[in-house]
Formats: sequence, structure tokens, C-alpha cells
Amino acid sequence: MPKIKIPKSSPSIDMTPMVDLAFLLVTFFMLAASFRASEPVTVNTPSSISDKFIPENVIMVTIDHDGRVFFNLSGEEARREMLTNMLGKYKMKLSDEQIGKFTFMSTFGCTMQELPSYIDTGADDRITFQTKGIQVDSTTNNELYNWINFANVAALNTGKTAFEEAKLNGENPKADDFKPKFILRVDSKTVYKKAEDVINVFRELNLNNLNFITSSELAPIN
Amino acid sequence: MAEIAEGGGGGHGKGKKRAKKSSTRVDMTPMVDLAFLLLTFFVLTSTFSKPKMLPLAYPAKTEDKTLKGPKMNNGITFLLSENKIFYYQGEYYFKGHAAADGSITELKEVDFGPGEKGVRKLLGKLNNYVLVKKQGLDEKLKRKEINDSTYLSTLEKLRGEKEALKVLIKTDEKALCKNFIDLVDELKIAEIGVIAPVDITPGELQLMKEKLKN
Repeated sequence: MPKIKIPKSSPSIDMTPMVDLAFLLVTFFMLAASFRASEPVTVNTPSSISDKFIPENVIMVTIDHDGRVFFNLSGEEARREMLTNMLGKYKMKLSDEQIGKFTFMSTFGCTMQELPSYIDTGADDRITFQTKGIQVDSTTNNELYNWINFANVAALNTGKTAFEEAKLNGENPKADDFKPKFILRVDSKTVYKKAEDVINVFRELNLNNLNFITSSELAPIN
Repeated sequence: MAEIAEGGGGGHGKGKKRAKKSSTRVDMTPMVDLAFLLLTFFVLTSTFSKPKMLPLAYPAKTEDKTLKGPKMNNGITFLLSENKIFYYQGEYYFKGHAAADGSITELKEVDFGPGEKGVRKLLGKLNNYVLVKKQGLDEKLKRKEINDSTYLSTLEKLRGEKEALKVLIKTDEKALCKNFIDLVDELKIAEIGVIAPVDITPGELQLMKEKLKN
């Protein structure tokens, strides 16, 4: 009697397509992801319909929801120049190692007095660093004013060199593209008065064209 | 559990010695594990929407306190408080400085939504002049009658015209940045060119406080 044979199927499944897909996705996400430098504050920015990208050369002031002020300038050369000027102004000295560390730091927020110990703190511990942020209010010792002022000078210098370089390379650059942009990164829950204090510092320096960082949102269809 | 032998069915007998055939299949499980681990990591850590920036020009600071702002013919002033938004049109009139017909400024309230009582409807109505003209421009652009740069420069000029709405923004000490940005965003949606964030006057602050009470 012939028995009906049930074909033996292998219990192992061919995983190749799944692996293909998995690696495809891994590659995609790896390439699409951009890594951010660790920031000492988390800020939830409000949203707007604006579609302007943030340029390379920026001077950024961050205000967290408690109103603490943080500062950032892009470019290592510019940062070094700014710090040297700032140390000269406040008659302070930092070791070469500390200056080197500072140039590679991203956003920072501390008073000038706290600066050496702030630099020595590890990048991950800066989140818990007890500070009131950069001093804004006192009119006699407005540290933010000096930071912005020196940052602007330094950023204009590096922008100029970049502009000349682009010119030499035979491109047709616009001088305005190499000037620093002034950016405010505010938390949604920051009281506007706190932001206004910072804005007034910019205005005192006659820097009136400011930009707010926002996450993008869809424009309404009319 | 016993493994089910695959392949090698025949080939017994005759006593010929053969090298044992090892399966050509590689166990892919660890690799797949790793792949999915990485996948999960990147999915969870990546943020897609790159932050954008919203440009806003502030009025230049002048030492001269006596200098008065331009007369507001076609202006509206928004007063912001925490999640609240009030407005009045035209100049600010108060007791002792009333309008020609003797009335003084009263605040009206709108909300941030796009609805009937929202600020978007209000701005759409008041800045109709620019919005209608912009629609014409949009169509011209679509039909390729004008190029991009002409479009942008014409739009820029249009926003600055006399008939276009001009906006002042004043805030009290409770207003949040979110409220401010939301309002500026609505103004940009309504194609308003002149936006000036300025200091609030004590009179306006008083008016707003009274309004907030009820």
C-alpha cells in the first residue's frame, strides 16, 4: 500500500530577504542620521512655517525655560579668537589645554568666574553643572554683551577669509552669505521677557536682524 | 530535538571515502540580531526634521526718547499675555487723548486657532489687499509669466506698500516665547511685511490687566 507522503519542509526559513531589508534600513538610517554635539540644555523650540535653513556661520544664544542664557559660536578659529579677547577683557588666564577644550565645546553657559571649572567638567556632566548661565541683566558687567561683541568680530574675520578664499577659487560668492547670522533658540515655555533681555543686548550692539530657531510645521493651504 | 537531515540522501554504499559535505548555509541569526539592533538604535535616535529659522527684524535702538514712531494709518497692535492675545486697530487713544469722535481704545480678544475667532481669520480680512494681489502673482508665476526673482522682489514691495497692514507686537511679563513665535508665524502666513516688536506702555498694560480679570 502506497502511503501518502507529506513533503518534509525544512523548519529553517530563508531569512535572506529579511536581512536584505534590515541592512537596507540600517544603511538608510545611518546615512540619514546626523549626530548632534551634546548640549548642556534641552530646549523644545516652538514651531513655525518658515523653511529657511540654518547657515554655517552662526552666533547662537540659547535661553532655556528657566531663563538661563547659553551661548554658542560656530567655527574653531573664531571661538579661539573670541575667547582670547574675552580673557583679555576680564584679565583671566586659561591653560592651553583649557583653551583647546573650549574651542571644541558646543553651547556653553556660565559666568566668566565659573569658566575654568566649567571647561574642566566633562561634556556629559555639564548638564548638571550648577550655574545661572551667562550674566545678562547687570548693566555694568554685561557678560553676554561682551561675548556677542567679540563673537561678532571673530565671526566677521573668519567669514572674510572664507569669502576671499571662495573668490580665489573662482566662485562668485556673496559677501552677505559669509557674515554671521544671529540666532535665538528659545524654549516654548520661556517667558518672552527673558528673551527680550537678550534681544535688547543684540539691539544695543546694533544687531537688529535676528532669527528664531523653530521646528518646521506645515503651512496652511488656502 | 533531532535535526532533519537535508540533502545528502544517496551516496551510501560502495565504501568510497568522501570528505563530509558541510552545509553551504551559514547561520545568519546573529547577523540578523545585530542588524535589527542597529536598526532600532538608528530609528529611535534619529530626528528627521531639521530645525529651521524664522527671521525677524527688530527696530533699531535709539537713544532719542523724544523720537516718535511713524503714524500708524493702517496698523494693528497685538498685546500678548500668557496664551492670550488682544488687539486694537489704529492709534492708541486714552482719556485726555481721545479720538476725534471722543472714543478711547478698547481691546478685543482673539485666539491662536485658525477658526472663526482666530487671529488668522482676522489678519486675512485686514490684509486682504496684499493677499489678493499675492494670489495674482502666484498665478502669474504658475503660468511662468514672471520668474522667481521678480516674484520675490514684487512680493517684497507689495508687503511694504501703504495699503498693507503693519503690525506692532507688545508683550506683558507673562507672555511665553511660544505665544510670541506663534503670532509672528501667523503674521508671516498673512504676508505681513512690517512687524515691529516694541515695548508696552503702562496704559496698555493697565487695559490688558482689566481685560484679563474678566
